[in-house]
Amino acid sequence: MKRKVLLIALLSLALMAFGGFASAQDGPVRVAIVMPSTITDLSWSQAIYSGLVAVQTEMGGESAMEIAYSENMFDVTAAAQALRDYAEDGYDIVIAHGTQYGTSLFELAPDYPDTSFAWGTATDTGTEAGLENIFAYEAAAEEGGYINGVMAGLMTKSNVIGVVGPVKAGDALLYINGFIQGVAASNPDATVNVTYTNSFSEVAAGTDAANAHIAAGADVLTGSSQMVVGAIQLIQDEGGYWFGTQSDQSAQWPATVVASQVYDWTAVIRDIIAQRANGVKGGVAYNLTLENGGLKFAFGDVEISPALLIAAGEAAKGIESGEIEVLTELPE
Amino acid sequence: MKIQKRIFGGDPAAAFAPVIAVVLALALAGVLLVALGKNPFEAYASMIEGAFGSDTRIFNTISRAVPLMLVAIGICIAFRGGVINIGAEGQLFVGAVSATAFAVAVGDSLTPLLFVPLTLVVGFAGGAAWGAIPGFLKARFDVNEILTTVMMNEIAIRLLLFLLSGPMIDPKEVAQGTHIPQSAPLPEGSWLGRLAPPSRLHMGIFIAIIAAIIVYVLLWRTPLGYRIRAVGQSKAASLYAGISVPTYLTLALVLSGGLAGLAGAVEVTGVTHRMVEGFAVGYGFSGIVVALFGRLHPIGAIPSAFLFGALLTGAERMQRDLQVPSATITALQGLVVLFVVSSDIWVRRRAARRATQMLAEPTAAESNVQPIISEAK
Amino acid sequence: MGNDLTLTQILVSAFALTLGAATPYLYASIGEIFSQRSGVLNLGVEGIMLMGAFVAIFFVSDKGLQAAPIVGVLAAMFVGGLMGILAAVINVTFKAEQGISGIGLTLFGLGMSSLLFKMLAEGVITAPVFPKLDIAGLSDLPIVGEIFFQQNVLVYIAFALVPISVWVLNKTTWGLQIRAVGQNPKAADAMGVNVNRVRYSTVILGATLAGAAGAALSIGLTGVFQENMTAGRGFIAVALVYFGGWSPWRVMLGALLFSAANNLQIWAQILDIRVGGTPIPSNLLGMIPYILTILVLVFTRQRHNLEPAALTKAFERGEN
Repeated sequence: MKRKVLLIALLSLALMAFGGFASAQDGPVRVAIVMPSTITDLSWSQAIYSGLVAVQTEMGGESAMEIAYSENMFDVTAAAQALRDYAEDGYDIVIAHGTQYGTSLFELAPDYPDTSFAWGTATDTGTEAGLENIFAYEAAAEEGGYINGVMAGLMTKSNVIGVVGPVKAGDALLYINGFIQGVAASNPDATVNVTYTNSFSEVAAGTDAANAHIAAGADVLTGSSQMVVGAIQLIQDEGGYWFGTQSDQSAQWPATVVASQVYDWTAVIRDIIAQRANGVKGGVAYNLTLENGGLKFAFGDVEISPALLIAAGEAAKGIESGEIEVLTELPE
Repeated sequence: MKIQKRIFGGDPAAAFAPVIAVVLALALAGVLLVALGKNPFEAYASMIEGAFGSDTRIFNTISRAVPLMLVAIGICIAFRGGVINIGAEGQLFVGAVSATAFAVAVGDSLTPLLFVPLTLVVGFAGGAAWGAIPGFLKARFDVNEILTTVMMNEIAIRLLLFLLSGPMIDPKEVAQGTHIPQSAPLPEGSWLGRLAPPSRLHMGIFIAIIAAIIVYVLLWRTPLGYRIRAVGQSKAASLYAGISVPTYLTLALVLSGGLAGLAGAVEVTGVTHRMVEGFAVGYGFSGIVVALFGRLHPIGAIPSAFLFGALLTGAERMQRDLQVPSATITALQGLVVLFVVSSDIWVRRRAARRATQMLAEPTAAESNVQPIISEAK
Repeated sequence: MGNDLTLTQILVSAFALTLGAATPYLYASIGEIFSQRSGVLNLGVEGIMLMGAFVAIFFVSDKGLQAAPIVGVLAAMFVGGLMGILAAVINVTFKAEQGISGIGLTLFGLGMSSLLFKMLAEGVITAPVFPKLDIAGLSDLPIVGEIFFQQNVLVYIAFALVPISVWVLNKTTWGLQIRAVGQNPKAADAMGVNVNRVRYSTVILGATLAGAAGAALSIGLTGVFQENMTAGRGFIAVALVYFGGWSPWRVMLGALLFSAANNLQIWAQILDIRVGGTPIPSNLLGMIPYILTILVLVFTRQRHNLEPAALTKAFERGEN
């Protein structure tokens, strides 16, 4: 049950114009978030945490918005306890930033009808189950994947590109599928090798995979989740390039990361707060796309040819206009 | 008779040593907290509040203790049987996934009265099978169980991921195209009843306590248990006594694995109602610590598991309230183990000294009683 | 879309990578051999490796102390040694239950390394890995040169440790004492060997090498640190000691076998090897190293009685 909210951009613009929607509430908006990795993971959790902080700054700091977080909640039961505790402590918005938290969330949401819950990446807002206080969010990672793919196809000199995948699921899978299509579009002669480490967190496995990709001839790598840091470090030592996703990874490796697809969750957060101010506690599903500005691109310090930027721009336009359809699933 | 009782039953140091060890560990961890810029007293107060601060919290603490208790009881069997079972983590997963597969396959066709116990039995069987493999390899090929259980853990993790992304994936996930590695939800008929909503406390607590009693009886009151312990004490002596060492080593691993599998099944039918990625992370390991803390005695596992459940629940609260990194608790767990394990020597020395003292003081009534001293383990 | 690689090229690369990947296991396993041969099981290797990994990268990284890579390794070994002293005190002097104390040490090492990572590095730290060391003449040999002689110095030292440890164990007095203490501490004690002192030395040596193993992982291989980055390698290193029957050469083979199997399953994914048209799921492929290790051990008939008779048994004069 998915309702694409096409008005996110408009809504948040309007609300920003009005500015003080926080003043409609007594005291600060209290937001809590439970994450499976650390806020410094350079990928999944960092993206949403920096989004929260950005919105907080926008709204006027801690007096306007309070943020509480639990990181490293990779155990689902512990996370469920954390979510419940936050709801119990009266937080207005409780975010479960991990698909694995879904079942627990659906079990406890009915007990706290006044609390707004949000989870992602997901599309199910629980309306089928009669729940009214759950927001769902996801990212059309395949779109940015496509653009990264287009650029990677033009960047590679060896015509071999490596994908260091984590677990074959969720937004990682979307990203990788999009990436493969993007490379095919800009450079059909290039070979894309894909491996999965079967873990979101094991950096040494990422390094092993990257090593093998490089031995197979790859001079450009990409991948998803927090285990890629080893792979990026490695391709840097080899003088190759990296395309990132979820967070801006160029800050740490400016000479290696050509571009990163960045999940900009700020619009989603702002809208959730706004919805609450209007009395709507859930039931809205969000999707970050290129079109609505939820997916952004951050570039590193790597020198890239104008042709490449043009190709990327064309691809972006094509996706936004619907001319280019990026498949979310590829045949095996 | 009196001498035996006084030696074995009477030493308070044996019971208090773990507690003193915890206090020492907490003190050291307090130093760590100060280094992190946090107030240890605030931190520990927050821990206590988190674990015991309300009825719901207490019930959740107890619910947290359930899988730890079951794993610990299994570890007691293993270690008493002379086997170092590091494979509880994998055995727990296999038990949980077996129970899930069974429950989902059965669906609505069974009444809960049969469904729940059967599901748990399947879970036990799954874990037992996973423990049987290292057991068999040790018995038949003398392959060391540390090696096999370590490998089996890793295999289990990957097997779990394979099943949850493939054959056992929730059809809803495939339909939605999100492919999140999780199973279909367990049918309600297989759920362990909740005792005190909104807390997570469920019937599993009774299962765990009953298991502790059963295993105690098994180990100390049955010939089977006697043989398991005999093999654990001395393989050579057991061989001499005609006990088949390989059989009982395998059995120890099978039972230990079965209890870990049961822990997994209880957790999935009582708490999560679904197999997901991130299920019961680290419970296999923590269970070993709990077993140690309970002096490797199944009945000791009961209070030990409660204490550890409180430690873990309270620690998470502390992390939330004071933003203390969760790694502090891992370090604290390590310190607790090190202190408890080190305290053993003092307890044993005390027991030995008391035994010598008592032997040297014959009383009128006891002078013709033959003292039988065996190790106060 | 095929890869333009010949089978030779793939095998050469795979083996070269295997040597590098086996290095952390080698350091840790050889250290554990010393410890176990004297009768002490140290399951704390995982925790010590993690501490070593963090300390090494902290010393070397721009974000840390910016020292030379070799200093990082020495620092990791020093910290490993400290933890080894702790392990020795607990296992040898306090005669604690060895399997369990090891787990305590692992938990402690895991917790402390994660805490230090958070406190000192704020959750992100990187450093360039050890550069490859060219050995004049040898590195340029075709195939052989590529596989064996284009590694970094940590790799060379790890493999050198194998014959060195064999020599130490079999040809030195200390080695003889270690073996005696592990097989029959009572007899060794009667002959005037200080059992506890020998065990202290091996446990500390083992832990020092485990620290080096951690350094090999962080600044030798990956160039980063992450919480719990060893992901079980310490336990696998201990398991490899059993696999290799306490012999450094066989343990080396085990480490190579294990790392090779892991590398090959990655290659299977890269080359998109299929069974009857369907791709093999990566998580099934990932099981191969572990299953293979068990199978090889089962089918290579181990001679019995290789296990040091006194392994895990504490020594008390007058008791054993």
